[in-house]
Amino acid sequence: MYAVTVGAHRYVFRDLKTLLAKATPARSGDALAGLIAESGEERVAAQFALADLPLTTFLKEAVVPYEDDEVTRLIIDSHDKSAFASVSHLTVGALRDFLLSDHATSSVLTTLAPGLTPEMAAAVAKISRLQDLMIMAAKCTVVTRFRDTIGLPGRLSVRLQPNHPTDDARGIAASILDGLLLGAGDAVIGINPATDSPDRAHALLSMLDEIRARLDIPTQTCVLAHVTTTLDLIGKGSPVDLTFQSIAGTQAANKSFGIDLGLLKEAHDATLSLRRGTVGDNVMYFETGQGSALSANAHHGVDQQTLEARAYAVARAFRPLLVNSVVGFIGPEYLYDGKQIARAGLEDHFCGKILGLPMGVDVCYTNHAQADQDDADALLALLTASGVNFVMGVPGADDIMLGYQSTSFHDALAMRDLLQRKPAPEFEAWLTKQGLLDKESRIRPRVLPSQFRALLPADGA
Amino acid sequence: MSTDDNTPVANDAALWTALRRLTAARIGLPRSGASLATAPLLAFQLAHAQARDAVHAELDTPRLALDLAPLGLPVLTVSSAASDRQTYLMRPDLGRTLPPESQRTIAAAAHAGPYDVVFVVSDGLSARAVQSHAAPVVSAALQILRGADWRMAPLVIVNHGRVAVGDAVAALLGATYLVMLIGERPGLSAPDSMGAYLTCKPGVLTSDADRNCVSNIRPDGIGYNEAATKLANLLNAMRKDGISGVRLKDTSDRLKIGGN
Repeated sequence: MYAVTVGAHRYVFRDLKTLLAKATPARSGDALAGLIAESGEERVAAQFALADLPLTTFLKEAVVPYEDDEVTRLIIDSHDKSAFASVSHLTVGALRDFLLSDHATSSVLTTLAPGLTPEMAAAVAKISRLQDLMIMAAKCTVVTRFRDTIGLPGRLSVRLQPNHPTDDARGIAASILDGLLLGAGDAVIGINPATDSPDRAHALLSMLDEIRARLDIPTQTCVLAHVTTTLDLIGKGSPVDLTFQSIAGTQAANKSFGIDLGLLKEAHDATLSLRRGTVGDNVMYFETGQGSALSANAHHGVDQQTLEARAYAVARAFRPLLVNSVVGFIGPEYLYDGKQIARAGLEDHFCGKILGLPMGVDVCYTNHAQADQDDADALLALLTASGVNFVMGVPGADDIMLGYQSTSFHDALAMRDLLQRKPAPEFEAWLTKQGLLDKESRIRPRVLPSQFRALLPADGA
Repeated sequence: MSTDDNTPVANDAALWTALRRLTAARIGLPRSGASLATAPLLAFQLAHAQARDAVHAELDTPRLALDLAPLGLPVLTVSSAASDRQTYLMRPDLGRTLPPESQRTIAAAAHAGPYDVVFVVSDGLSARAVQSHAAPVVSAALQILRGADWRMAPLVIVNHGRVAVGDAVAALLGATYLVMLIGERPGLSAPDSMGAYLTCKPGVLTSDADRNCVSNIRPDGIGYNEAATKLANLLNAMRKDGISGVRLKDTSDRLKIGGN
């Protein structure tokens, strides 16, 4: 039990998960779950109590029972006590102060990451403003490698997302061409397939691999099929660079996705065994998003931001190349408007980075959310300033297969120009070789590089 | 305004015109510097405004009932427990629930059963989709089903309904098969797309894994007759196997792909 007195009122929170939920800045998903603070004062009272909580509390009291949940067991069993030692005497509030301090340099934070649990990171986020989340995240450097190097300071990478409602190969190739010309694709060229048909996933993987090899692009490709589909395709010899999977922060939510930790380990081992990376061996691509556990009725009375941070513990176990919070995809029942989406995006980016993950964010919204391009612009700029590893590149920001708005090739380009971010170094060298940069080193395609003609239907069909 | 800076690749308008035939994606957009040029910017804003309007539009239930009336089945109009559009968007649980008066209206029609199939129509996230497409699709589907000995329940319109509200309707009517027609989440390029969710023996334990879906029903996507044929084929397959959902395999796609 946790209690705090504000004026004449004594607020009591019966357990850790209740305290965390009540301290969470307002969002519709927690209201839907009936977990939200009942007044503004109760929320801040919970934040006071949370700030005074010793970090060691999180090692003694699990928000989802250890016996019932393999994600809790992963968090507790893999906790690095020696990394934790330097902050073990701190409270949540003192940890926030430390992370903001000049002592918390990039290398200090890298060393600290395995000593922090997702719940500690989530707790800090709940008592932080957006500016704090940005400053703490910007100090973290998380670099991953496969065929290029992602996450170096001063770099912003882009996932080229060339989706098509019927997986038409020529339509996908046209979107890839557009994206490459505008400098997208250094995080991954990744297709969300319209169905989970293994035959189709194989056809798409083969096509992507042929394009990559023919144009000699220093990047990786991915078809975002279910992990079981990808595992089967690895067994059949499909050209799999990365294994993709959506993950969540509880065992039950993961079960609703048709996965568990054992299956992810099997997929990680199988993908590693292909040895297709040239500069590194980070082979997993995970996607997450606040609200997924509640949506699967698997939230155990825990708020959605804490559960999202717990998904990063799952990701962390498999040394991913990319972790992407698809922040506005889930809809207004979970994140109501541009304000809630922006806060969630920065919380996720901070929590992921402080836990040592290569975070990207799909800055996005659906048409039934109270959000528009202005909201997306604001969050994208805040994330770029925070050092986000990668963002999405979708033609014209309009994903015609998934039916939502993400960020465009132009958006990413504008952020690279505005905040002086470069693509991944290997990819930047490739863009230079293609003649796509102007004399100020900005991405400004003038003519179609001759080898890009391979992407046109006349040659490619 | 510079003239050589406004397309991704200068002087290649013909290239993009050709490529745009291959995809509805917004490729080859004119730009200025790194940013979108004015024309594609406003085109996007227009599409978003239309999609937003579609989300917030109310279903004209009397008009839809009139459109369905000539199909030869009684038409019932009820509401979910979500009282208005805003509540509907924020409370998925209420959109899945029928309040007592709606339950009574539907239960009163059960006596004329037993029924095999019930068609339920809900606005979902695009009233415009079902306002335009529900009646033609139900009409075409009934024509196909008519020769095949199906006992049809009354047509039921549920205002502010989610997919699962159809389960409650089917259970109250005692119908074995549910065809739920509902407005889909509007995309920028398709603000009026209708989805059809088919479920065998729907009830309180039904989950999404028990449903088969035909998505993107609209004149520029899956047309009325094609959609009706798919619905009839799925109903026949459900009657034959006694199941629906992921265990009922849609083999048409597999055969096509396997032939490549």
